Amino acid sequence: MNFPAARPVLLTGNHAVAWAARLARPKVAPVYPITPQTPVLELLTEFQARGEFDAEIITVESEHSVMSACIPASLAGVRVFTATASQGLLLMHELLHYAAGARAPIVMANVNRTVASPWAFWPDQTDSLAQRDTGWIQYYVETAQEALDTVLQAYRVAEQVLLPAMVNLDAFYVSHALEPVVVPSQALVDAYLPPFDPPHRLDTAHVESWGNVVSQDMFYRHRQAAEQAMARVPALAADADREWAERCGRSWGVVERYRCDGATSVIVTMGSMCGTARDAVDAMRDAGQAVGLVKLRLFRPLPVAALRAALAGVPEVVVLDRNHSPGIGGVLHQELRAALYGMPQAPRIHGLLAGVGGVNVPVDRICSFVRDVVGTPAVPESSWVR
Amino acid sequence: MDRLELHEASMLCSGHAACPGCIDALSVRHVLAMLGPDTMAVIPPSCMAIIAGPQPHSSLKFPVYQPTLEASAAAASGLRRALDAQGRRETTVIVLAGDGGTYDIGFQCLSSAAERNENFIYFCLDNEGYMNTGAQKSSSTPHYARTGSTPAGKTSRKKNMTEIMAAHGVPYVATASVGHLADLRRKVLRAKAMRGTRFITLLIPCLDGWGLADDAGLAAARLAVETGAFPLVEIEDGRHYTVNSAKTRPIGDYLALQRRYRHMDVEQVAALQSEVDDAWACLQRRAAPDNTVPA
Repeated sequence: MNFPAARPVLLTGNHAVAWAARLARPKVAPVYPITPQTPVLELLTEFQARGEFDAEIITVESEHSVMSACIPASLAGVRVFTATASQGLLLMHELLHYAAGARAPIVMANVNRTVASPWAFWPDQTDSLAQRDTGWIQYYVETAQEALDTVLQAYRVAEQVLLPAMVNLDAFYVSHALEPVVVPSQALVDAYLPPFDPPHRLDTAHVESWGNVVSQDMFYRHRQAAEQAMARVPALAADADREWAERCGRSWGVVERYRCDGATSVIVTMGSMCGTARDAVDAMRDAGQAVGLVKLRLFRPLPVAALRAALAGVPEVVVLDRNHSPGIGGVLHQELRAALYGMPQAPRIHGLLAGVGGVNVPVDRICSFVRDVVGTPAVPESSWVR
Repeated sequence: MDRLELHEASMLCSGHAACPGCIDALSVRHVLAMLGPDTMAVIPPSCMAIIAGPQPHSSLKFPVYQPTLEASAAAASGLRRALDAQGRRETTVIVLAGDGGTYDIGFQCLSSAAERNENFIYFCLDNEGYMNTGAQKSSSTPHYARTGSTPAGKTSRKKNMTEIMAAHGVPYVATASVGHLADLRRKVLRAKAMRGTRFITLLIPCLDGWGLADDAGLAAARLAVETGAFPLVEIEDGRHYTVNSAKTRPIGDYLALQRRYRHMDVEQVAALQSEVDDAWACLQRRAAPDNTVPA
């Protein structure tokens, strides 16, 4: 296959992810199919069959074994990639903790899909948000182009802090929609992403082991070290994004402010919802309403300082959550309340469970959500809206 | 009887954390000596993980990766492929797992790795129960054996893992015992010289879990073989069977050493003898030269 030119080609989000994985030159890629992620796996195996992707692909019997294979491969000192979705991500849960604890900088794409039961296949971010305490860096992307760029940026960040990173893209809206995507050259990516060369690895020439039992004190210090590594991520993610922009002109930010200047109300959301919210902001601005959008791209670690800066002086915030944590409501709503707690002149935060289970959230509905909620008292609970 | 001498450099250091008289440590010491230093081990939670030692210490002289309990064969696959990708194809990847981590919770990914014919040697250190958690039943626990979760004796038979692994058609499946050391050493060297998934079960009499006297581990290992409770076999490519031991004693000789069988009555002993005889006859039919299992 000829390398796509620097002009855009039409790619789905899944295929953009597969191109990014190919460009990152991982050496091991354990894979397992699941809707709506499967096209990532299929394009990678096709690349390999054509001699364009020099990685050991392991076709294991479950996502659990995918992540089980990823971890020691990464600890042996090679770059590792995989992709999953929904139930597959949940099946990996134990190993997600293990990967982060082992400080294995695996990069994984996750296609956000509803979690059963009941069975469904629609966009919903509960799957990955339920993994927020596992120690993985988490990105949420809005477009296919951003998915491609973010996989590469994720490697750049993950390998500096030795933490795994998850790039989340919404089912179908991003995973299956065809969009114009610029595929960067291999030379550009090679210059951006140096070969993975970790300071420690499983190697018979330098005998080191991983996983033996530790004392309480060692465990405590191990967790502290992981936290210190996480604390470096927002700045490193911003650097990685800036350096990417210097090479190819595209920047996505860690937290993006869209038309927030002078805004009296700001929508905060993640993933594909941001695209619809942009149009809603444009429509409301056209109608004379001072509304902006803050897109949260990096969810773990939560960039608290950047969020506080982005929302400073904004009287009202409307959070749109396409996820559901029973008993507390929207995960982003609650995370944002915690992030802004104690901030001088903190905004009133309204949490809306919009789009849970993949229900459609069109532009005019976002406009009416904002209209209806602004000026009302902020309550701790999230509200169901559609 | 073979003399238990080790002429090769030991890969297992003294000072490890095994119980006194432990057959697991003794068996692994001989296995690892055959493999040498260009080896990496995947060791899931098990007695062997304890023997491998707490950080920052290690009783093994090569790198060890300790995965989650259910993931050994998948982890070994990932490790193997990462080494291959780095051109380290001569390094031997092994798994040292217990029977719980093999017959039970780790079975799914083991079957998958065998289907892919992943290039590693999987040693199942089979002490017939969850001995590291205080001796509960696994699917390797034999019929009638008492454990912490089968206080009246197990009501079903031991899973035949050797046949199951052979049915995957992998290059090499074998059983071995440190009580028959020459056979054990030969099998480890034979497996090391092959490629693909190789699976060796070592019967590990557990002093505490089986209720054996402190010095009875090796005697139990030998009696398991001599009574036919644990025949020594090799199976190549899932079809070619070789039996390496003879059944020369009644099962009662083996049971008598072990507290886990002390509750059995005469009828139960007879029933168990009948099961052993049937299994032995079946094995002989498979191994008969004119009756090789068809491909």
